[in-house]
Amino acid sequence: MGQAPSMLTQYDIEEVQEHCNNLFSQQEIVSLYQRFCQLDRNAKGFISADEFLSVPEFAMNPLSQRLLKMVDGLNFKDFVAFLSAFSAKATIQHKIEFIFRVYDSDSNGKVSFNDILEVLRDLSGSFLSDKQREQVLSQVLAETGYTKESYLMLDDFIKVLGSSDLKIEVEVPVD
Amino acid sequence: MSGSEKLTSSSSELDLDRPNIEDYFPSSSIQEPRGKLRLRDLLDISPTLTEAAGAIVDDSFTRCFKSNPPEPWNWNVYLFPLWCCGVVVRYLILFPSRVIVLTLGWIVFLSSFIPVHVLLKGHDKLRKKLERYLVELMCSFFVASWTGVVKYHGPRPSRRPKQVFVANHTSMIDFIILEQMTAFAVIMQKHPGWVGLLQSTILESVGCIWFHRSEAKDREIVARKLREHVRGIDNNPLLIFPEGTCVNNHYTVMFKKGAFELGCTVCPIAIKYNKIFVDAFWNSRKQSFTTHLLQLMTSWAVVCDVWYLEPQTLKVGETPIEFAERVRDIISVRAGLKKVPWDGYLKYSRPSPKHREQKQQSFAESMLQRLQER
Repeated sequence: MGQAPSMLTQYDIEEVQEHCNNLFSQQEIVSLYQRFCQLDRNAKGFISADEFLSVPEFAMNPLSQRLLKMVDGLNFKDFVAFLSAFSAKATIQHKIEFIFRVYDSDSNGKVSFNDILEVLRDLSGSFLSDKQREQVLSQVLAETGYTKESYLMLDDFIKVLGSSDLKIEVEVPVD
Repeated sequence: MSGSEKLTSSSSELDLDRPNIEDYFPSSSIQEPRGKLRLRDLLDISPTLTEAAGAIVDDSFTRCFKSNPPEPWNWNVYLFPLWCCGVVVRYLILFPSRVIVLTLGWIVFLSSFIPVHVLLKGHDKLRKKLERYLVELMCSFFVASWTGVVKYHGPRPSRRPKQVFVANHTSMIDFIILEQMTAFAVIMQKHPGWVGLLQSTILESVGCIWFHRSEAKDREIVARKLREHVRGIDNNPLLIFPEGTCVNNHYTVMFKKGAFELGCTVCPIAIKYNKIFVDAFWNSRKQSFTTHLLQLMTSWAVVCDVWYLEPQTLKVGETPIEFAERVRDIISVRAGLKKVPWDGYLKYSRPSPKHREQKQQSFAESMLQRLQER
Protein backbone atom coordinates (compact mmCIF):
# COMPACT_ATOMS: atom_id res chain seq x y z
CA MET A 1 0.00 0.00 0.00
CA GLY A 2 3.08 2.24 -0.08
CA GLN A 3 2.67 5.57 1.60
CA ALA A 4 0.05 5.04 4.29
CA PRO A 5 -2.63 7.59 3.34
CA SER A 6 -5.06 8.70 5.98
CA MET A 7 -8.00 7.16 4.18
CA LEU A 8 -8.41 3.54 3.23
CA THR A 9 -10.24 2.81 0.04
CA GLN A 10 -12.53 -0.16 -0.37
CA TYR A 11 -9.89 -1.82 -2.56
CA ASP A 12 -7.25 -1.44 0.13
CA ILE A 13 -9.53 -2.97 2.74
CA GLU A 14 -10.32 -5.93 0.52
CA GLU A 15 -6.66 -6.45 -0.28
CA VAL A 16 -5.77 -6.52 3.39
CA GLN A 17 -8.68 -8.78 4.15
CA GLU A 18 -7.52 -11.25 1.53
CA HIS A 19 -4.00 -11.12 2.86
CA CYS A 20 -5.16 -12.15 6.32
CA ASN A 21 -7.50 -14.82 4.95
CA ASN A 22 -10.66 -13.03 5.96
CA LEU A 23 -9.91 -13.43 9.64
CA PHE A 24 -10.91 -9.84 10.31
CA SER A 25 -14.07 -8.11 9.24
CA GLN A 26 -13.84 -4.94 7.18
CA GLN A 27 -14.84 -2.81 10.15
CA GLU A 28 -12.10 -4.38 12.24
CA ILE A 29 -9.56 -3.63 9.54
CA VAL A 30 -10.61 0.02 9.53
CA SER A 31 -10.22 0.13 13.32
CA LEU A 32 -6.84 -1.53 13.10
CA TYR A 33 -5.82 1.03 10.52
CA GLN A 34 -6.77 3.88 12.83
CA ARG A 35 -4.73 2.23 15.55
CA PHE A 36 -1.81 1.72 13.16
CA CYS A 37 -1.82 5.40 12.21
CA GLN A 38 -2.05 6.37 15.85
CA LEU A 39 1.05 4.34 16.74
CA ASP A 40 2.97 5.29 13.60
CA ARG A 41 3.68 8.88 14.60
CA ASN A 42 5.28 10.29 11.49
CA ALA A 43 3.30 8.36 8.90
CA LYS A 44 6.29 6.34 7.74
CA GLY A 45 4.14 3.37 6.78
CA PHE A 46 5.43 1.12 9.55
CA ILE A 47 5.67 1.21 13.34
CA SER A 48 9.16 1.32 14.80
CA ALA A 49 10.20 -0.66 17.88
CA ASP A 50 10.37 2.55 19.87
CA GLU A 51 6.79 3.40 19.03
CA PHE A 52 5.61 -0.03 20.13
CA LEU A 53 7.48 0.38 23.39
CA SER A 54 5.76 3.69 24.01
CA VAL A 55 2.66 1.67 24.86
CA PRO A 56 3.36 0.96 28.53
CA GLU A 57 1.15 -2.12 28.66
CA PHE A 58 3.19 -3.65 25.84
CA ALA A 59 6.57 -2.62 27.25
CA MET A 60 5.70 -4.28 30.57
CA ASN A 61 5.02 -7.62 28.93
CA PRO A 62 7.78 -10.21 29.50
CA LEU A 63 7.63 -11.38 25.89
CA SER A 64 7.72 -7.89 24.40
CA GLN A 65 11.23 -8.21 22.96
CA ARG A 66 10.41 -11.45 21.16
CA LEU A 67 7.22 -10.06 19.73
CA LEU A 68 9.01 -6.88 18.74
CA LYS A 69 11.37 -8.87 16.54
CA MET A 70 8.36 -10.34 14.78
CA VAL A 71 6.38 -7.17 14.35
CA ASP A 72 8.99 -4.43 14.02
CA GLY A 73 8.89 -2.59 10.71
CA LEU A 74 5.88 -4.37 9.29
CA ASN A 75 3.66 -2.46 6.91
CA PHE A 76 -0.05 -2.38 7.56
CA LYS A 77 -0.92 -5.50 5.54
CA ASP A 78 1.62 -7.62 7.37
CA PHE A 79 0.66 -6.02 10.67
CA VAL A 80 -2.90 -7.25 10.19
CA ALA A 81 -1.63 -10.66 9.11
CA PHE A 82 0.46 -10.82 12.28
CA LEU A 83 -2.53 -10.02 14.45
CA SER A 84 -4.81 -12.40 12.58
CA ALA A 85 -3.69 -15.25 14.83
CA PHE A 86 -5.58 -13.46 17.58
CA SER A 87 -8.85 -13.26 15.74
CA ALA A 88 -11.69 -15.33 17.13
CA LYS A 89 -12.09 -16.90 13.71
CA ALA A 90 -8.54 -18.24 13.56
CA THR A 91 -8.16 -22.00 13.77
CA ILE A 92 -6.39 -23.71 16.66
CA GLN A 93 -3.74 -24.77 14.20
CA HIS A 94 -3.10 -21.15 13.20
CA LYS A 95 -2.75 -20.12 16.83
CA ILE A 96 -0.38 -22.96 17.61
CA GLU A 97 1.65 -22.02 14.56
CA PHE A 98 1.94 -18.52 15.97
CA ILE A 99 3.15 -19.83 19.30
CA PHE A 100 5.64 -22.01 17.44
CA ARG A 101 6.99 -18.95 15.63
CA VAL A 102 7.47 -17.15 18.93
CA TYR A 103 9.57 -20.04 20.24
CA ASP A 104 11.45 -20.60 17.00
CA SER A 105 13.38 -17.35 17.12
CA ASP A 106 15.91 -18.39 14.50
CA SER A 107 13.15 -19.56 12.16
CA ASN A 108 14.78 -22.85 11.32
CA GLY A 109 11.55 -24.80 11.64
CA LYS A 110 12.46 -26.59 14.84
CA VAL A 111 12.39 -25.66 18.51
CA SER A 112 15.31 -26.91 20.58
CA PHE A 113 15.69 -27.35 24.32
CA ASN A 114 17.52 -24.05 24.46
CA ASP A 115 14.81 -22.21 22.55
CA ILE A 116 12.26 -23.23 25.17
CA LEU A 117 14.69 -22.35 27.93
CA GLU A 118 15.05 -18.86 26.53
CA VAL A 119 11.33 -18.26 26.49
CA LEU A 120 11.15 -19.53 30.05
CA ARG A 121 13.89 -17.10 30.94
CA ASP A 122 11.87 -14.22 29.49
CA LEU A 123 8.82 -15.32 31.44
CA SER A 124 10.43 -15.92 34.82
CA GLY A 125 13.29 -13.44 34.74
CA SER A 126 15.59 -13.46 37.73
CA PHE A 127 13.12 -15.30 39.92
CA LEU A 128 14.36 -18.71 38.86
CA SER A 129 17.94 -19.79 38.37
CA ASP A 130 19.07 -21.30 35.07
CA LYS A 131 19.59 -24.59 36.83
CA GLN A 132 16.01 -24.61 38.12
CA ARG A 133 14.66 -23.89 34.67
CA GLU A 134 16.72 -26.64 33.08
CA GLN A 135 15.67 -29.09 35.74
CA VAL A 136 11.98 -28.35 35.38
CA LEU A 137 12.11 -28.48 31.61
CA SER A 138 14.05 -31.75 31.43
CA GLN A 139 11.68 -33.32 33.88
CA VAL A 140 8.55 -32.23 32.08
CA LEU A 141 9.97 -33.17 28.69
CA ALA A 142 10.92 -36.62 29.94
CA GLU A 143 7.39 -37.20 31.15
CA THR A 144 6.11 -36.57 27.63
CA GLY A 145 8.73 -38.75 26.04
CA TYR A 146 11.21 -36.15 24.80
CA THR A 147 14.80 -35.64 25.77
CA LYS A 148 17.11 -32.68 26.07
CA GLU A 149 18.38 -33.32 22.58
CA SER A 150 14.96 -33.54 20.95
CA TYR A 151 13.86 -30.96 18.48
CA LEU A 152 10.19 -30.12 18.54
CA MET A 153 8.53 -29.53 15.22
CA LEU A 154 5.23 -27.85 14.53
CA ASP A 155 3.52 -31.24 14.61
CA ASP A 156 4.86 -31.89 18.09
CA PHE A 157 3.49 -28.56 19.22
CA ILE A 158 0.12 -29.40 17.74
CA LYS A 159 0.18 -32.76 19.50
CA VAL A 160 1.01 -31.23 22.87
CA LEU A 161 -1.07 -28.08 22.74
CA GLY A 162 -3.88 -29.17 20.49
CA SER A 163 -5.70 -31.04 23.20
CA SER A 164 -5.83 -28.15 25.65
CA ASP A 165 -8.28 -25.35 25.23
CA LEU A 166 -6.06 -22.59 23.99
CA LYS A 167 -7.40 -19.11 24.50
CA ILE A 168 -5.66 -16.59 22.33
CA GLU A 169 -8.15 -13.99 21.36
CA VAL A 170 -8.11 -10.26 21.17
CA GLU A 171 -11.12 -8.15 20.43
CA VAL A 172 -10.62 -5.26 18.05
CA PRO A 173 -12.65 -2.30 19.33
CA VAL A 174 -15.00 -1.13 16.62
CA ASP A 175 -16.66 2.22 17.18
CA MET B 1 13.06 -33.30 43.09
CA SER B 2 13.34 -29.60 43.51
CA GLY B 3 11.09 -29.88 46.52
CA SER B 4 12.86 -27.58 48.89
CA GLU B 5 14.09 -25.05 46.37
CA LYS B 6 13.26 -21.49 47.13
CA LEU B 7 12.44 -18.68 44.83
CA THR B 8 15.33 -16.31 44.27
CA SER B 9 13.69 -13.19 45.58
CA SER B 10 14.10 -9.75 44.12
CA SER B 11 14.69 -6.55 45.98
CA SER B 12 11.27 -6.44 47.49
CA GLU B 13 10.71 -2.76 47.59
CA LEU B 14 7.95 -3.72 45.24
CA ASP B 15 6.22 -0.42 45.06
CA LEU B 16 4.22 -0.29 48.23
CA ASP B 17 3.84 3.18 46.87
CA ARG B 18 1.82 2.35 43.83
CA PRO B 19 -1.77 1.27 43.98
CA ASN B 20 -1.81 -2.18 42.52
CA ILE B 21 -2.08 -1.88 38.73
CA GLU B 22 -3.29 -5.46 38.54
CA ASP B 23 -6.45 -4.35 40.33
CA TYR B 24 -7.29 -2.08 37.45
CA PHE B 25 -6.92 -4.63 34.70
CA PRO B 26 -9.87 -6.90 34.02
CA SER B 27 -9.15 -10.33 35.42
CA SER B 28 -7.18 -11.60 32.47
CA SER B 29 -7.00 -15.12 31.20
CA ILE B 30 -4.31 -15.90 33.73
CA GLN B 31 -6.46 -18.20 35.79
CA GLU B 32 -4.54 -20.02 38.41
CA PRO B 33 -4.17 -23.43 36.83
CA ARG B 34 -4.08 -26.31 39.19
CA GLY B 35 -2.67 -29.75 38.94
CA LYS B 36 0.64 -31.20 38.00
CA LEU B 37 2.89 -29.25 35.69
CA ARG B 38 2.88 -30.71 32.21
CA LEU B 39 4.77 -29.89 29.05
CA ARG B 40 1.75 -28.22 27.58
CA ASP B 41 1.53 -25.85 30.52
CA LEU B 42 5.11 -24.78 29.99
CA LEU B 43 4.67 -24.35 26.26
CA ASP B 44 1.37 -22.55 26.55
CA ILE B 45 2.31 -18.89 26.56
CA SER B 46 -1.12 -17.80 25.38
CA PRO B 47 -2.08 -15.58 28.34
CA THR B 48 1.07 -13.47 27.99
CA LEU B 49 0.69 -13.32 24.22
CA THR B 50 -2.95 -12.28 24.52
CA GLU B 51 -2.00 -9.45 26.86
CA ALA B 52 0.70 -8.23 24.50
CA ALA B 53 -1.57 -8.36 21.46
CA GLY B 54 -4.33 -6.66 23.44
CA ALA B 55 -1.92 -3.84 24.22
CA ILE B 56 -0.98 -3.51 20.56
CA VAL B 57 -4.60 -3.32 19.47
CA ASP B 58 -5.83 -0.87 22.10
CA ASP B 59 -4.45 0.41 25.34
CA SER B 60 -5.77 2.74 27.97
CA PHE B 61 -2.64 4.89 28.14
CA THR B 62 -2.63 6.07 24.51
CA ARG B 63 -6.34 6.75 24.79
CA CYS B 64 -5.66 9.44 27.40
CA PHE B 65 -3.70 11.53 24.96
CA LYS B 66 -5.78 11.13 21.87
CA SER B 67 -7.24 14.39 20.69
CA ASN B 68 -10.73 13.57 19.49
CA PRO B 69 -11.68 16.28 17.00
CA PRO B 70 -15.38 17.07 17.12
CA GLU B 71 -17.47 15.43 14.41
CA PRO B 72 -17.54 17.53 11.24
CA TRP B 73 -21.08 18.66 10.55
CA ASN B 74 -20.54 20.42 7.26
CA TRP B 75 -21.14 17.54 4.88
CA ASN B 76 -24.33 18.78 3.36
CA VAL B 77 -25.35 21.09 0.53
CA TYR B 78 -26.78 23.68 2.88
CA LEU B 79 -24.64 22.94 5.91
CA PHE B 80 -21.42 23.52 4.02
CA PRO B 81 -22.12 27.15 3.06
CA LEU B 82 -23.25 27.76 6.63
CA TRP B 83 -19.96 26.38 7.82
CA CYS B 84 -18.10 28.58 5.35
CA CYS B 85 -19.93 31.62 6.70
CA GLY B 86 -18.92 30.47 10.13
CA VAL B 87 -15.29 30.26 9.09
CA VAL B 88 -15.44 33.75 7.64
CA VAL B 89 -16.98 35.14 10.82
CA ARG B 90 -14.48 33.35 13.01
CA TYR B 91 -11.33 34.22 11.11
CA LEU B 92 -12.17 37.65 9.74
CA ILE B 93 -14.38 39.15 12.43
CA LEU B 94 -13.87 37.36 15.72
CA PHE B 95 -10.17 36.74 15.43
CA PRO B 96 -9.10 40.33 14.71
CA SER B 97 -11.34 41.72 17.44
CA ARG B 98 -9.92 39.20 19.85
CA VAL B 99 -6.39 40.13 18.93
CA ILE B 100 -7.29 43.77 19.54
CA VAL B 101 -8.75 42.93 22.95
CA LEU B 102 -5.66 40.97 23.84
CA THR B 103 -3.28 43.68 22.70
CA LEU B 104 -5.27 46.22 24.66
CA GLY B 105 -5.04 43.98 27.65
CA TRP B 106 -1.30 43.69 27.32
CA ILE B 107 -0.88 47.44 27.02
CA VAL B 108 -2.99 48.11 30.09
CA PHE B 109 -1.24 45.38 31.99
CA LEU B 110 2.32 46.26 31.15
CA SER B 111 1.78 49.98 31.63
CA SER B 112 0.51 49.32 35.13
CA PHE B 113 2.64 46.35 36.10
CA ILE B 114 6.06 47.74 35.30
CA PRO B 115 5.60 50.99 37.24
CA VAL B 116 4.08 49.15 40.18
CA HIS B 117 6.89 46.60 40.18
CA VAL B 118 9.64 49.19 39.98
CA LEU B 119 8.29 52.09 41.97
CA LEU B 120 6.77 50.24 44.87
CA LYS B 121 9.90 48.21 45.58
CA GLY B 122 9.88 49.22 49.19
CA HIS B 123 6.20 48.76 49.96
CA ASP B 124 6.01 45.03 49.49
CA LYS B 125 2.53 44.43 50.81
CA LEU B 126 0.91 47.03 48.61
CA ARG B 127 2.98 45.99 45.64
CA LYS B 128 2.04 42.38 45.95
CA LYS B 129 -1.61 43.23 46.28
CA LEU B 130 -1.56 45.38 43.15
CA GLU B 131 0.45 42.82 41.18
CA ARG B 132 -1.98 40.11 42.18
CA TYR B 133 -4.87 42.20 40.98
CA LEU B 134 -3.11 43.02 37.72
CA VAL B 135 -2.32 39.38 36.99
CA GLU B 136 -5.94 38.47 37.60
CA LEU B 137 -6.93 41.26 35.25
CA MET B 138 -4.57 40.07 32.55
CA CYS B 139 -5.95 36.58 32.78
CA SER B 140 -9.45 37.94 32.36
CA PHE B 141 -8.28 39.62 29.19
CA PHE B 142 -6.92 36.30 27.99
CA VAL B 143 -10.15 34.52 28.76
CA ALA B 144 -12.07 37.25 26.97
CA SER B 145 -9.84 36.81 23.95
CA TRP B 146 -11.17 33.31 23.46
CA THR B 147 -14.68 34.27 24.45
CA GLY B 148 -14.34 32.09 27.47
CA VAL B 149 -17.60 31.17 29.11
CA VAL B 150 -16.52 29.83 32.46
CA LYS B 151 -19.02 28.76 35.04
CA TYR B 152 -17.59 28.59 38.54
CA HIS B 153 -19.35 26.38 41.04
CA GLY B 154 -18.66 26.25 44.70
CA PRO B 155 -17.11 28.62 47.22
CA ARG B 156 -14.28 30.78 45.95
CA PRO B 157 -10.83 29.79 47.23
CA SER B 158 -9.92 31.62 50.38
CA ARG B 159 -6.45 32.71 51.35
CA ARG B 160 -5.57 30.54 54.31
CA PRO B 161 -2.27 29.09 55.37
CA LYS B 162 -1.59 25.38 55.07
CA GLN B 163 -3.72 24.68 52.07
CA VAL B 164 -2.98 23.67 48.50
CA PHE B 165 -5.25 23.43 45.49
CA VAL B 166 -5.12 20.56 43.03
CA ALA B 167 -6.83 20.32 39.67
CA ASN B 168 -6.95 18.04 36.64
CA HIS B 169 -4.89 19.24 33.72
CA THR B 170 -5.95 19.61 30.11
CA SER B 171 -3.94 22.53 28.81
CA MET B 172 -2.00 25.51 30.08
CA ILE B 173 -5.16 27.53 29.80
CA ASP B 174 -6.41 25.73 32.92
CA PHE B 175 -4.07 27.93 34.83
CA ILE B 176 -5.32 31.11 33.16
CA ILE B 177 -8.94 30.20 33.77
CA LEU B 178 -8.33 29.57 37.43
CA GLU B 179 -6.03 32.54 37.80
CA GLN B 180 -8.62 35.05 36.68
CA MET B 181 -10.70 34.24 39.72
CA THR B 182 -7.92 33.95 42.28
CA ALA B 183 -4.23 34.72 41.99
CA PHE B 184 -2.64 31.33 42.57
CA ALA B 185 1.01 30.52 42.76
CA VAL B 186 1.27 27.63 40.40
CA ILE B 187 3.96 25.05 39.98
CA MET B 188 4.75 24.59 36.32
CA GLN B 189 7.17 23.06 33.89
CA LYS B 190 9.56 25.72 32.62
CA HIS B 191 8.82 26.28 28.94
CA PRO B 192 11.05 27.71 26.24
CA GLY B 193 10.18 30.73 24.12
CA TRP B 194 7.89 33.59 24.95
CA VAL B 195 6.02 31.52 27.48
CA GLY B 196 9.26 31.01 29.40
CA LEU B 197 9.86 34.74 29.33
CA LEU B 198 6.44 35.38 30.80
CA GLN B 199 7.07 32.75 33.40
CA SER B 200 10.32 34.23 34.59
CA THR B 201 9.14 37.81 34.75
CA ILE B 202 5.50 38.25 35.54
CA LEU B 203 4.56 34.95 37.08
CA GLU B 204 7.54 35.13 39.42
CA SER B 205 5.79 37.98 41.13
CA VAL B 206 2.83 35.80 42.00
CA GLY B 207 5.17 33.30 43.54
CA CYS B 208 5.19 30.55 40.91
CA ILE B 209 7.61 27.66 41.18
CA TRP B 210 9.36 26.10 38.20
CA PHE B 211 10.66 22.64 37.60
CA HIS B 212 12.26 20.61 34.83
CA ARG B 213 10.67 17.30 34.15
CA SER B 214 13.83 15.79 32.81
CA GLU B 215 16.05 16.52 35.78
CA ALA B 216 15.90 13.87 38.45
CA LYS B 217 17.43 15.98 41.25
CA ASP B 218 14.86 18.61 40.59
CA ARG B 219 12.24 16.69 42.51
CA GLU B 220 13.87 17.25 45.90
CA ILE B 221 14.50 20.90 45.21
CA VAL B 222 10.91 21.37 44.16
CA ALA B 223 9.57 19.47 47.16
CA ARG B 224 11.57 21.77 49.40
CA LYS B 225 10.29 24.89 47.63
CA LEU B 226 6.74 23.63 47.99
CA ARG B 227 7.12 23.15 51.71
CA GLU B 228 8.63 26.59 52.15
CA HIS B 229 5.88 28.20 50.15
CA VAL B 230 3.08 26.59 52.08
CA ARG B 231 4.55 27.72 55.34
CA GLY B 232 4.79 31.37 54.27
CA ILE B 233 1.82 33.41 55.51
CA ASP B 234 1.72 36.02 52.86
CA ASN B 235 2.19 33.73 49.86
CA ASN B 236 -0.52 33.21 47.30
CA PRO B 237 -2.37 29.90 47.59
CA LEU B 238 -0.50 27.13 45.81
CA LEU B 239 -2.02 25.45 42.77
CA ILE B 240 -0.69 22.08 41.69
CA PHE B 241 -1.59 19.86 38.74
CA PRO B 242 -0.71 16.45 40.16
CA GLU B 243 -1.12 14.62 36.85
CA GLY B 244 2.11 16.23 35.73
CA THR B 245 1.07 16.39 32.08
CA CYS B 246 -1.84 17.45 29.88
CA VAL B 247 -4.53 14.82 29.45
CA ASN B 248 -7.39 14.96 26.98
CA ASN B 249 -10.18 15.80 29.47
CA HIS B 250 -11.81 12.37 29.16
CA TYR B 251 -9.47 10.53 31.51
CA THR B 252 -7.31 11.21 34.52
CA VAL B 253 -3.91 9.66 34.97
CA MET B 254 -2.37 8.88 38.33
CA PHE B 255 -1.75 11.79 40.65
CA LYS B 256 1.77 12.34 41.89
CA LYS B 257 1.96 12.25 45.62
CA GLY B 258 4.10 15.40 46.04
CA ALA B 259 1.11 17.64 46.66
CA PHE B 260 -0.39 15.25 49.18
CA GLU B 261 2.47 14.86 51.59
CA LEU B 262 2.87 18.51 52.56
CA GLY B 263 0.70 18.13 55.62
CA CYS B 264 -1.89 20.60 54.34
CA THR B 265 -5.52 20.58 53.47
CA VAL B 266 -6.01 19.72 49.84
CA CYS B 267 -8.79 21.54 48.00
CA PRO B 268 -9.72 19.72 44.79
CA ILE B 269 -10.78 21.65 41.71
CA ALA B 270 -12.41 19.87 38.78
CA ILE B 271 -12.35 21.40 35.29
CA LYS B 272 -14.40 20.10 32.41
CA TYR B 273 -14.42 21.64 28.96
CA ASN B 274 -17.39 21.46 26.67
CA LYS B 275 -16.15 19.84 23.48
CA ILE B 276 -18.93 21.10 21.25
CA PHE B 277 -17.31 24.51 21.10
CA VAL B 278 -13.67 23.63 20.99
CA ASP B 279 -11.40 20.80 22.04
CA ALA B 280 -9.25 22.49 24.64
CA PHE B 281 -6.80 19.61 24.99
CA TRP B 282 -3.29 20.83 24.35
CA ASN B 283 -1.51 17.91 22.70
CA SER B 284 1.99 19.18 23.39
CA ARG B 285 3.44 16.53 21.11
CA LYS B 286 1.43 17.76 18.16
CA GLN B 287 1.26 21.53 18.54
CA SER B 288 3.15 24.36 20.17
CA PHE B 289 1.38 26.52 22.70
CA THR B 290 1.19 29.39 20.22
CA THR B 291 -0.62 27.21 17.68
CA HIS B 292 -2.89 26.02 20.44
CA LEU B 293 -3.75 29.59 21.45
CA LEU B 294 -4.40 30.55 17.85
CA GLN B 295 -6.70 27.58 17.49
CA LEU B 296 -8.63 28.74 20.53
CA MET B 297 -8.82 32.28 19.28
CA THR B 298 -10.33 31.19 15.98
CA SER B 299 -13.04 29.03 17.54
CA TRP B 300 -16.40 30.19 18.66
CA ALA B 301 -15.88 29.97 22.38
CA VAL B 302 -14.17 28.11 25.17
CA VAL B 303 -16.88 26.83 27.44
CA CYS B 304 -16.01 25.09 30.64
CA ASP B 305 -17.16 24.34 34.13
CA VAL B 306 -14.98 24.76 37.18
CA TRP B 307 -16.00 23.13 40.42
CA TYR B 308 -14.34 24.07 43.69
CA LEU B 309 -14.82 20.95 45.77
CA GLU B 310 -14.75 20.27 49.47
CA PRO B 311 -11.31 20.47 51.08
CA GLN B 312 -9.85 17.12 52.08
CA THR B 313 -7.31 16.17 54.70
CA LEU B 314 -5.19 13.09 55.16
CA LYS B 315 -7.23 10.52 57.06
CA VAL B 316 -5.76 8.56 59.95
CA GLY B 317 -3.81 5.61 58.62
CA GLU B 318 -3.97 6.78 55.02
CA THR B 319 -0.80 6.97 52.98
CA PRO B 320 -0.20 10.01 50.72
CA ILE B 321 -0.69 7.78 47.69
CA GLU B 322 -4.10 6.60 48.91
CA PHE B 323 -4.94 10.20 49.69
CA ALA B 324 -3.96 11.22 46.16
CA GLU B 325 -6.11 8.48 44.69
CA ARG B 326 -9.05 9.47 46.85
CA VAL B 327 -8.83 13.08 45.69
CA ARG B 328 -8.43 11.91 42.09
CA ASP B 329 -11.60 9.92 42.53
CA ILE B 330 -13.47 12.99 43.79
CA ILE B 331 -12.29 15.11 40.88
CA SER B 332 -12.94 12.41 38.27
CA VAL B 333 -16.46 11.79 39.48
CA ARG B 334 -17.32 15.48 39.52
CA ALA B 335 -15.92 16.18 36.05
CA GLY B 336 -17.10 12.91 34.51
CA LEU B 337 -13.63 11.60 33.73
CA LYS B 338 -12.48 7.99 33.68
CA LYS B 339 -9.53 6.94 35.77
CA VAL B 340 -6.59 5.05 34.31
CA PRO B 341 -3.79 3.52 36.37
CA TRP B 342 -0.92 5.03 34.44
CA ASP B 343 1.70 7.55 35.40
CA GLY B 344 1.50 10.57 33.10
CA TYR B 345 5.27 10.68 32.82
CA LEU B 346 5.17 7.44 30.80
CA LYS B 347 4.62 9.83 27.91
CA TYR B 348 8.28 10.68 28.18
CA SER B 349 9.86 7.50 29.50
CA ARG B 350 9.50 3.74 29.59
CA PRO B 351 7.74 1.93 32.44
CA SER B 352 10.02 0.79 35.21
CA PRO B 353 11.10 -2.86 35.07
CA LYS B 354 9.25 -3.47 38.35
CA HIS B 355 6.00 -4.24 36.56
CA ARG B 356 7.58 -6.79 34.31
CA GLU B 357 9.32 -8.28 37.32
CA GLN B 358 6.01 -8.63 39.12
CA LYS B 359 4.65 -10.69 36.27
CA GLN B 360 7.79 -12.76 36.11
CA GLN B 361 7.64 -13.40 39.81
CA SER B 362 4.06 -14.63 39.76
CA PHE B 363 4.86 -16.92 36.82
CA ALA B 364 7.87 -18.39 38.59
CA GLU B 365 5.93 -18.88 41.81
CA SER B 366 3.06 -20.59 40.08
CA MET B 367 5.41 -22.89 38.22
CA LEU B 368 7.27 -23.96 41.34
CA GLN B 369 4.05 -24.46 43.23
CA ARG B 370 2.65 -26.74 40.57
CA LEU B 371 5.85 -28.66 40.50
CA GLN B 372 5.21 -29.68 44.09
CA GLU B 373 1.82 -31.11 43.29
CA ARG B 374 1.62 -34.74 42.37
